Amino acid sequence: MWIDAVNAADIAREDVLRFDLGERTFALYRTQDDRYFATDGLCTHAKVHLAGGFVLDQVIECPKHNGRFNFTTGQAMGAPACVNLKTYPTKVEAGRLWVNIA
Amino acid sequence: MPTALAPRDYSLTGPENRRAGERGLADAEWYTCLIPRSRLKELMQRRDGPAIRDTLLWFALLIITGTLGCLTWGTWWTILPFTVYGVLYGSCSDSRWHESLHRTAFKTVWMNDALYELASFMVLRESVPWRWSHTRHHTDTIIVGRDPEIAVPRPPDLLGLALSFFSLKSGPREFHRMTLHSFGRLTPGEATYIPEIERPKVYRNARIYLAIYLAVIATGVATRSFLPLMLVGFPSFYGAWLLLVFGLTQHAGLAEDVLDHRLNCRTVYMNPVLRYLYWEMNYHVEHHMFPLVPYHALGHLHQELKADMPKPYDGLWAAYREIIPTLLRQTKDPAYHVQRLLPASARALGSTPQPAS
Ligand code: FES
Repeated sequence: MWIDAVNAADIAREDVLRFDLGERTFALYRTQDDRYFATDGLCTHAKVHLAGGFVLDQVIECPKHNGRFNFTTGQAMGAPACVNLKTYPTKVEAGRLWVNIA
Repeated sequence: MPTALAPRDYSLTGPENRRAGERGLADAEWYTCLIPRSRLKELMQRRDGPAIRDTLLWFALLIITGTLGCLTWGTWWTILPFTVYGVLYGSCSDSRWHESLHRTAFKTVWMNDALYELASFMVLRESVPWRWSHTRHHTDTIIVGRDPEIAVPRPPDLLGLALSFFSLKSGPREFHRMTLHSFGRLTPGEATYIPEIERPKVYRNARIYLAIYLAVIATGVATRSFLPLMLVGFPSFYGAWLLLVFGLTQHAGLAEDVLDHRLNCRTVYMNPVLRYLYWEMNYHVEHHMFPLVPYHALGHLHQELKADMPKPYDGLWAAYREIIPTLLRQTKDPAYHVQRLLPASARALGSTPQPAS
């Protein structure tokens, strides 16, 4: 199911934004070259919002224990991040970022 | 609550562990000072330059003082270079260990990991168990029954603290654990925070550490000299005193069981030499609140946050003027602790602990 999430421009380049939908929470990313990605909003190590973290290239670092994930694939990149993140397809239409949360 | 008659149980497997969970203190939400996202992003930027410069200088100082120690070996003069070598090896490795554990020292990941492995060995902390222990320390900072890194449980063990200046308490414990790990076992406390998937690495690394120590001892025996141990292994003991002098300022004597790093961590102003040796960990409140900010940006982060912080300590002496009397008083009154004064502008806590059932 595709969801109209946010204005694509609301996410700064090489940054992340939190997006809540009911009980669910997502992290939306924009790379330096304007590609967009979406993952689950909470770190898989503990329930911490990744949107407070640091984006460097294709990696999001969790704000609590610096666990690292590749947000384009969801891959956990080493302790304490050991479980992969779930990723979601995205598309940009008329300046809006859509996320397929199915 | 702790009383003079009933000291608390600091183990991670005792009743305090359950109690912390019941009070909402485990895995809780912590107070965070407000800072614009754009400024935080600037401060989180990684760089290789500062840590490469600092690490090369560290290696150079180790090589120079170690060489002078060897050249003067057998004379009284050797005390001088080995005193400095010991501090560089046994104390500075602590802050290098810490910053590379967070992978914030360098921008390049492998450099962080390489420094982490080296510094772990030097500071006598096995790299895998201590990564997980420190992870828990950040989740549950100074929460009794949860944090494995509470340096001064109450009532303070003053003899143990005195021994710690030369790692005579933690050192034997680390060797005991290393031996246990080399046989493929963990302590019950470690089993609560080291995931299954990481355990084979724990056992493998412990065997590597022990093999290195055995090789150094064998070299000493073969050459009939204590010098190899003075260079590798023994400095983790005779050079550890500055680690303790720095480390005790972080949390000793402050509140337990609070969800606000401003109340259980100290920020202490230090001169540039001490900040080099300690890699800016004197900004300890800031580090705990925003662990993604590299050491070289913590001074700037401090400037951003200080209006929402208690007054920092004006030097090591100012910190110890508070720590020493507090620890002495806690030997008789374990419930006593320093109450940090928050500025009037401080926001309410993100979450408040519930009374224990
Ligand atoms: S909560 Fe994300 S790494 Fe621990």
